[in-house]
Amino acid sequence: MRPFVYARAEAPEEAFAGTEGGHPAFLAGGTTLLDLMKLDVMRPDRVVDINDLAQEYGAIRIDDRGLELGALVRMSEAAEHPDIVAGYPVIAQSLQLAASTQLRNMATLGGNVLQRTRCAYFRDTSWAACNKRVPGSGCAAMDGVNRKHAVLGTSNACIATYPGDFAQALIALDATVDVAGPAGRRALPFAELHRAPGDSPEVETALGPHDLITGFRVPALPWARRSLYLKVRDRESYDFALASAAVAVDVEDGLVREARIALGGVATKPWRARQAEAALKGRTLDENAAETAASAAFADAETRDGNAYKPELGRRTLVRALLQAATMRV
Amino acid sequence: MVMAKTDATAGIGSDVARIDGRLKVTGEARYGSDFAVPNPAYAVFKTSAIARGRIAAIDDGAARSVPGVLDILTYRDVGDEVGEAGFFASGGYAGTTIRPLASDRIWHDGQIVAVVLADSFEAAREAAHRLVVDYAAEPPAAGFDGPGVEEEDAKKDDPAKGDAERALREAAVMVEADYATPTQHHNPIELFTTTCAWTGDRLTIWEPSQNVYGIRNGVAKQLSLDPEQVRVVSPYVGGAFGSRGSLTQRTALIALAAKRLNRPVKLMATRDQGYTIATYRAETRHRVRLGADAQGRLQALSHEGWEVTSRPDSYKVAGTSATTRVYACSNIASEVTILHADRNTPGFMRSPPEVPYVFALESAMDELAVKLGMDPIELRRINDTDVEPVGGKPFTTRSLMKCFDAGAKAFGWSERDPTPGSMRDGDWLVGWGCATTLYPTHIAPATARVTLTPAGKAIVRTAAHDIGTGAYTAIALTAADRLGLPLDRIAVEIGDTNFPPAPVAGGSNTTASVCNVVAKACEQVRGQLASAVTAAGDGPFAGSDPNALILAEGELRGPGNASEAIGDAMARASSGAIEAYAENVPDGLQQKALGQLYQGLPALTGGAQMEDRAQFAFGAEFIEVRVNARTREIRCPRALGVFAAGQIVSRRTAESQLIGGLIWGMSSALHEVTEIDRGAARYYNDDLAEYLIPVNADIGKVEVMILPEDDEQVNALGIKGLGELGNVGTNAAIANAVYHATGVRIRSLPIRIEKLLGDRSA
Ligand SMILES: Cc1cc2nc3c(=O)[nH]c(=O)nc-3n(C[C@H](O)[C@H](O)[C@H](O)COP(=O)(O)OP(=O)(O)OC[C@H]3O[C@@H](n4cnc5c(N)ncnc54)[C@H](O)[C@@H]3O)c2cc1C
Ligand code: SF4
Repeated sequence: MRPFVYARAEAPEEAFAGTEGGHPAFLAGGTTLLDLMKLDVMRPDRVVDINDLAQEYGAIRIDDRGLELGALVRMSEAAEHPDIVAGYPVIAQSLQLAASTQLRNMATLGGNVLQRTRCAYFRDTSWAACNKRVPGSGCAAMDGVNRKHAVLGTSNACIATYPGDFAQALIALDATVDVAGPAGRRALPFAELHRAPGDSPEVETALGPHDLITGFRVPALPWARRSLYLKVRDRESYDFALASAAVAVDVEDGLVREARIALGGVATKPWRARQAEAALKGRTLDENAAETAASAAFADAETRDGNAYKPELGRRTLVRALLQAATMRV
Repeated sequence: MVMAKTDATAGIGSDVARIDGRLKVTGEARYGSDFAVPNPAYAVFKTSAIARGRIAAIDDGAARSVPGVLDILTYRDVGDEVGEAGFFASGGYAGTTIRPLASDRIWHDGQIVAVVLADSFEAAREAAHRLVVDYAAEPPAAGFDGPGVEEEDAKKDDPAKGDAERALREAAVMVEADYATPTQHHNPIELFTTTCAWTGDRLTIWEPSQNVYGIRNGVAKQLSLDPEQVRVVSPYVGGAFGSRGSLTQRTALIALAAKRLNRPVKLMATRDQGYTIATYRAETRHRVRLGADAQGRLQALSHEGWEVTSRPDSYKVAGTSATTRVYACSNIASEVTILHADRNTPGFMRSPPEVPYVFALESAMDELAVKLGMDPIELRRINDTDVEPVGGKPFTTRSLMKCFDAGAKAFGWSERDPTPGSMRDGDWLVGWGCATTLYPTHIAPATARVTLTPAGKAIVRTAAHDIGTGAYTAIALTAADRLGLPLDRIAVEIGDTNFPPAPVAGGSNTTASVCNVVAKACEQVRGQLASAVTAAGDGPFAGSDPNALILAEGELRGPGNASEAIGDAMARASSGAIEAYAENVPDGLQQKALGQLYQGLPALTGGAQMEDRAQFAFGAEFIEVRVNARTREIRCPRALGVFAAGQIVSRRTAESQLIGGLIWGMSSALHEVTEIDRGAARYYNDDLAEYLIPVNADIGKVEVMILPEDDEQVNALGIKGLGELGNVGTNAAIANAVYHATGVRIRSLPIRIEKLLGDRSA
């Protein structure tokens, strides 16, 4: 860890004060930030603690228009909120199945969507080649250990997996993210928050260095009751997804009117599988339809040695999630 | 002859809570880095980013300018100031002969290239990050199939008998298969810490250890000191699993740094550094060939093994010593080859030879059972033997089939439908598998001092080690038993070279070695007290035969109901305290083994090494796995182990060891692998977020049964070690269960989802 200036923001405006120039970072739960600072990967010279803004940005509201989640809501709070559990099961489950109890009690929703990849070449500065950490240095994962790396949204520069779970639920449900910055407030579709690596994997989001996420809004979607998050991983708990699927389906008279599908563990960013959604429309949600959707979802997958299994696992994960959603009692 | 124990008194075989448990859960137990030293400096290692080559340049300008930095030691400063300690397998002390700061040479990933010393840990760590080391790298070999690996015939005495090749050709049924096990790291929760402080020319080292005398003598050798100048303190150890058995190269460096700074130095190596500054379980490959007649009787057994080691050190485990001795067979062949690669030297990790080799053998036995259409337990029964097949020596005791039979009953094995994939439960495929487990029964020379105080309390002192296994409790129970004192009157002090030496806590020998010598010392105490009171002119024992007196329930008792409280008897004997020092040299070793023990070089004997007998503990393990029919997650809801291991000294900690062993077996079979970047020959997942071990949710019902077994031959108390018995068979039992669930035979560990995605049986 390198020396830095620590400041506490007690009002939203103070979060941006003194952040001009340099490399500022907001401190929420710290479960990503502090780890990466100790590893010398993130080197902010100013750390602004935003936990006092929980007054402003720490609430959960649910009404007919939808669900509002403050950026400083703790993962555990949202995961256990009875109205979220009942009305937006995919959101509750994506959080329940993430990390550990201790981490969920500490970590915030704003910090969660901005967690960094688990690619160990990125997290250990002794590896010379990592375009995300040192632009232009190469990518050690391409021909190295890449069992957990992405097969969708990859580029020649980076194949790092977006590791989080909650973001898949948000992207599937067309959420909006609220941002406040030195230039004022704005809202953008959550789907536009994260960027695929392309030629500049070091740029991961559409946020400026001083932009603060203040919250998320999920539009009311009555049929989101028929939604779930399926996470497939090596161990039963406390593990990142090898493949995951967030699904919500609107079924009427046995036919799919609409479906929402997002995939985790397999892509470089929270991944909306629109072709898969389209493939389901108007069909009976059976094994056959689910397989068709799953094939569509991974049609463009590109694999390396270690992750060649991922398209197959991803397809199976999606099929299982869809068939499970079809049998949900709502 | 003189010992007595009533049910009211806890003694050998009792089921009691760990005597150090309270200290541990309340934080009172002090581990190596908990000891406060005045005004310490902090050391942080910088480790190499390449696996092979040389250091071309070191730029320490930015690092030295970090406030609080005191010094940075590199090969230019250290060189031969730290000498050789010798490789443990060649009569030396160290787990590796690679002396990291001896020269500019890089032998492996993560080699120590600098010791950064500062007033605070934070400053030292920041400076370590700012230290720039440039390398002249050469292409490294990571292991199997790496460029320039060198092969060596590892074993001169490969167990063999008869004509295996011919018997294989003539066998009615043959199984031939290749197996592989990966690199695994111990990851003890207590990190590899060292604290060193000098007082004049005397050095004290606080370090978690499985062999305090080994560290003392090894560091003394490296720094040209008299061993008497060095004290090593390690009363509690937060996990070891073999990783703290041999001297690592870090200790002498910290001692040297403390000398140079004239100030105590504390090292807290990071988690990832633990992967490269200590040892690990080497990756192995195997070819097993079994030939049987139509009834399943083995006609031929051939086991070839290959193991990866470092460039300079010929480390090997050669578990063929065990796998050729499990089943009756008249034609046996074996061979072990090691491959030298650009890796740090591997070392002991819980059941070092048995885990990889028995995985191969017991998987092959399951394959043979399938091929014969035979129940796997019946295959073991028809090949059961009272005599180890290579040398024809009788097993002292062998309760293998008793364990299988008791286990089969408790597990419900008769309900098993042998057809793979036939025991489905909804979306989950259910599989049941079993395997033999075994571990050689070792013992080593040991010494102990027992003091009986006038207040009727006893203190046992020996430089033994409790690495979480329950040694404190086993020693206390032995002393309580033999001195006839309640358990809470026994104090045990271990893990310190100020006490008489005990062997390395390895090879599951501690309970047998230490409890036998403690019992001996207690008997000497009794004898001294008995002689004194019988020689005294008055009292109930005057004139009695001292050999007729016993210690029981806090009293000295003699013929004709004569008795006296121990304290009163001591007062009469007018001794302040009675103290006895005992030594034990086990059967099969020479007296000079004691001198070696004092030098920190304990000789273990037992297993198949005995002249006249073979001594092993056996068990049977049963596993249920569930594999998701579609997405192939593998879960393990049920494990049962049935074992027999002679006299159990401390029942609860023994069961805990075996439960922990089964859990580790699950961990090893399903999760644990150190991923290696093959091109760079560097470890990839060197932290506990990415090196997976099971979490609580992964562990279902784990049950252990210990069958009674009397073995008068292994040692006076009839103890067989069991610390490493539990995790040996589990790997194969799980692989066999996975086969039963899915019909897919996985011959390479760990068994993970992607290995089961090949077919679409969903
Ligand atoms: C061992 C381990 C296992 C884990 N397993 C999982 C898992 O299975 N699934 C999963 O989804 N996650 C997992 N995580 C990640 C964890 O969920 C995230 O670390 C956590 O959600 C981050 O939230 P935080 O509040 O602690 O963020 P912080 O660490 O405080 O911040 C993270 C980043 O976001 C920035 N930031 C924080 N808040 C804001 C804001 N409001 N506006 C703008 N920028 C902000 C910070 O500057 C920093 O760059 C795991 C983490 C660990 C350590
Ligand atoms: S995958 Fe991305 S994060 Fe990982 S090494 Fe390559 S560039 Fe770096």
